[in-house]
Amino acid sequence: MSKRVKELLSQPERKFNATELGALAAYFRTVMFDTLHDRGTGHWGGAASSAELMTALYFNRLAIKAADPKWEDRDRLILSKGHASMNLYTMLAHRGFFPVEELSTFRKLDSRLQGHPCMNKLPGVDMSTGALGHGLSVGLGMAMAAKLANKSWWTYVVSGEGCLNEGQSWEAIMSAAKFKPEHFVLMIDYNKVQLDGTVDEIMPLGPLADKLTSFGWHVAPKAYDGHNTEEILDSFAWMDSDDVWPKAVIYDTIKGKGVSFTEGKNTWHGAVIDDDSYAKGIEELQSDLKKKEAAL
Amino acid sequence: MSVAMRDAFGKKLAELGATHPELVVLDADVSSSTKSALFGKAYPERFFNVGVAEANMVDIAAGMATAGFHPVVNAFAIFLALKATDQIRNTICYNNLPVIIAGAYGGLSDSFDGASHQSITDIAIMRALPNMQVVVPSDAAQAEQALEYALTQKGPVYIRLNRNPMPDLPPIPAIGTVRCSEGSDVTIAANGITASYANEAAALLAKEGITAEVFSAPMVKPLDVKPLIESVAKTGKLLCVEEHVLAGGFASAVSEVFMKEGISCRFDAIGIEDVFTESGPYEPLLAKYGISAQNIADHARKLCK
Repeated sequence: MSKRVKELLSQPERKFNATELGALAAYFRTVMFDTLHDRGTGHWGGAASSAELMTALYFNRLAIKAADPKWEDRDRLILSKGHASMNLYTMLAHRGFFPVEELSTFRKLDSRLQGHPCMNKLPGVDMSTGALGHGLSVGLGMAMAAKLANKSWWTYVVSGEGCLNEGQSWEAIMSAAKFKPEHFVLMIDYNKVQLDGTVDEIMPLGPLADKLTSFGWHVAPKAYDGHNTEEILDSFAWMDSDDVWPKAVIYDTIKGKGVSFTEGKNTWHGAVIDDDSYAKGIEELQSDLKKKEAAL
Repeated sequence: MSVAMRDAFGKKLAELGATHPELVVLDADVSSSTKSALFGKAYPERFFNVGVAEANMVDIAAGMATAGFHPVVNAFAIFLALKATDQIRNTICYNNLPVIIAGAYGGLSDSFDGASHQSITDIAIMRALPNMQVVVPSDAAQAEQALEYALTQKGPVYIRLNRNPMPDLPPIPAIGTVRCSEGSDVTIAANGITASYANEAAALLAKEGITAEVFSAPMVKPLDVKPLIESVAKTGKLLCVEEHVLAGGFASAVSEVFMKEGISCRFDAIGIEDVFTESGPYEPLLAKYGISAQNIADHARKLCK
């Protein structure tokens, strides 16, 4: 870890600006790539595509307390695309929920870092995920519970295309428009590549914004660049700009972002990062990190 | 005849709403059938009709449970057990969340609607799930007791409810295996509403000089098996009865324990064989698929030969 990143992470609860978030996301990508290579198992493609979004949530947006993971009033985040677990674990570790060194236990026997996130094993995980399509329904329940409990926490659900292939997601989309709980946001990491191929090859989702609007959701007026932290902060500002619920934001992203030969490739959904790929990939990621650090 | 379980359960839900602010109730567009509408009328702000979307309903309940609420989800037993299996397993049970799964119209009790609506595999499914408890009440009073019990639990409980008014059993202090009649010739362990037929069978057998020890055994998981073991030590014969397929249900649960404990006895089980059932009036339908006082007496008699 460079001195600059170390300085940033010395106060992880701080609200970071767009440039800082960009540097952090670039650093976290190197951590994810390292760990997935070391462990020889896990999902790189979808973890990389949501790096900036998750970094912005954990290092700018979420009201959470690492020292009190079950804090009653905390914001809730459900990573519905649970296969991107390495991304969530990287955020939680650097946010102070558990030691960063523990990342090396990912998917080992007796580890708290299960293949897919488990809320009863690891502090900071608000909901176990893995089977796709559950997150939006569970998040809806959390958001409805806030109203019942007279609380004002936010509930964010980060989904991918796989989740939106599942019929249950559309049940949740219908019912969220009925119950309209406040502070409920669906964030779509729209990298347009699934396990077996592109979204258009496997299950076309478009026009996604129009579909959500027609189901009664308040959809952001544009799809934001999910790798541009300025744009992600703009999307947060949009969430705060009115009181119409439920809200949905689409982030245009690239699967496997950051390593040229993994970008947009369905084969890198869950492929093992072999030594050759690692050597080439980490060079690109380090170079990007250096650029982002220089901008600080 | 008592009130139907669903009426008793719905009324109890509404009653408990007053003393349990954490109680929230969800239904999948069958609240007038499950009677959860009674709660909805009394506490509209804590009642959510999610439409015909059982999977979504169960996960919404899970989300609420993470925030300190104790949800009861209501739908037909077959649709909860089959359309929401993934949600019950991966969200409710895996996370050990306090959600009560109230399966209405259990067994063959949605008799006229036919096989598509008759829940004959729910017990096997639910009892296979880690962290899940499974209760199959035998009468309306036990359905109320099951709900009160489930509300004291920190994890999930499945309660299978019956649609129709069925005979009352003698009151019991708490939900669990209870002896309905004493006997020394054969032990009959009856799950759910089959207990009243087992009691009738015991009366038939008594006329022939066979004394049957009948138990109502609503707790499938954890299985309250000790009274059965004690009785079989005396009779040497066990007949299990259930309104469910024989694969994986109550009789399977009992025999698993008996085998593991090394208890040998003459054994038989009455339940639905490896077939789909059909439409018809409830009692004749049950009888056609083996659940009648006469058939229970016949099987018990054979065990005694």
